[in-house]
Amino acid sequence: MAEIRAEMVANVWKVLVSEGDRVDDGDTLVILESMKMEIPVLAESPGTVTKLYVAEGDVVQEDELIAEIG
Amino acid sequence: MFSSVLIANRGEIARRVIRTARRMGIKAIAVYSDADQSLPYVHEADEAVYIGESAPAQSYLDSVLLIDVARKSGAAAVHPGYGFLAESPGFAQAVINAGLTWIGPDPSAIEQMGDKIRARNLMAAAGVPVAPGSAAPVADAEAAVEEASRIGYPVMVKAAAGGGGIGMSAAFDDDALRSAFDTARSRAERFFGSPEILLERYVPHARHVEVQILGLADGRVIALGERDCSVQRRHQKVAEETPSPGVSAPLRSRMLSAAVLAGEAVGYRGAGTVECLVDTETGDFMFLEMNTRLQVEHPVTELVTGIDLVEQQFLIAAGEPVTFDASVPVDSSGHALELRVYAEDPKRFLPSPGPITEWSEPSGPGIRVDSGYAAGTTVTLFYDPLLAKLCAHGATRAEALSLARSAVADFRVAGLKTNLPFHAELLDNPEFVSGDYDTGLVSRMRQP
Repeated sequence: MAEIRAEMVANVWKVLVSEGDRVDDGDTLVILESMKMEIPVLAESPGTVTKLYVAEGDVVQEDELIAEIG
Repeated sequence: MFSSVLIANRGEIARRVIRTARRMGIKAIAVYSDADQSLPYVHEADEAVYIGESAPAQSYLDSVLLIDVARKSGAAAVHPGYGFLAESPGFAQAVINAGLTWIGPDPSAIEQMGDKIRARNLMAAAGVPVAPGSAAPVADAEAAVEEASRIGYPVMVKAAAGGGGIGMSAAFDDDALRSAFDTARSRAERFFGSPEILLERYVPHARHVEVQILGLADGRVIALGERDCSVQRRHQKVAEETPSPGVSAPLRSRMLSAAVLAGEAVGYRGAGTVECLVDTETGDFMFLEMNTRLQVEHPVTELVTGIDLVEQQFLIAAGEPVTFDASVPVDSSGHALELRVYAEDPKRFLPSPGPITEWSEPSGPGIRVDSGYAAGTTVTLFYDPLLAKLCAHGATRAEALSLARSAVADFRVAGLKTNLPFHAELLDNPEFVSGDYDTGLVSRMRQP
């Protein structure tokens, strides 16, 4: 299982997947926004989104869990 | 001269404008959002007014609110800084309609230059060189492919109302162009509220060189030299210098004349910047866009000319003459460099907001720091990552680089990541040190 975490304090701008979705390595899961920059968060391995911890409009802290890919 | 000014901005530029206003005896009125209440500019202003929530739409971008605050605080003028509402013709007009002095060009000049397609057409008609590109908005991806076959690959895809490099990308073939077009369009709608897209011939090896102009109260337009802004990441500037090591005396003279023509074509008044690309292979230059406001990197021009550009903005807006003899070319002395200190990691340049636990700026002869933060303040995710502008002024380029190296080493910031280590690396990079570099420099520094 892979944990996907936020690299910085950011606003969750878009959530592009739902729990149960199949994803490939490199697929964009969510798009964060911080300091006028969009930061896509990618899957680092193929699998299924087993848990999604964020919704659009949330603020995530550095190192906070965004999703789990199993 | 008016007695008071409201600064419709935040951070380092608000602080910069406050400094000159107070020196001139103009009462400086600052505005601040929740996130900014403890920043230095709020305390340094003669008066500071709370304007709302941290999200820019609820504070610094709310023009109705800002005009209301300006009226109630008794401000006689409004200085917009850069970004936010600085290039909004509607805001400029609203300031004028409220009976206040707008410190900037006429709203019609902002409007004409704000649309990149219209600006290109206008410049071409005025005799300013422009790159081959769109004379009208490109409707969709297929129209873009057709347009690209006329212009010739590679092409740059841009938002007509855009700025700051957002949504901009180069395409080398039809497939890449279709995808670049879609990205540019969605970003253009989201960030600039206009879906209009243009294509322009992409110049693979180019320097980004801009000319500072001033449109005087008597109608004359003058040029105050150039700035080289080729050190960029994600099409955004990281370091600037003047004079440009890549511009010969004859090229400088042609660029300055063209910039004056550009300003004259729109009846420009106040401080503005004509941005150009210089093709390093052919030596040709072409108009990119005009920024109708004070530029972030204006300090390097101030350092070599000894002219306070904010002071000239105030004087011109008040209908008064500038502080120097504008009938002869302005003297320039030495070489100046600006390093933008960003809250971002120095390797991948990703944003790094957070609290500042330690902040100690370098100082000494030839060093100038324009900063927006201090120890105990917090950098939030709501605004751009600019923390400070570290400038060095030496008799020669080598001296300016050497001063900058010591200053970077002496700048102590803790609590969040900054790009100071990147600047240390840049100042020792052989390509940068040689002066023979182009806009691809930072990407080459980060190639795996």
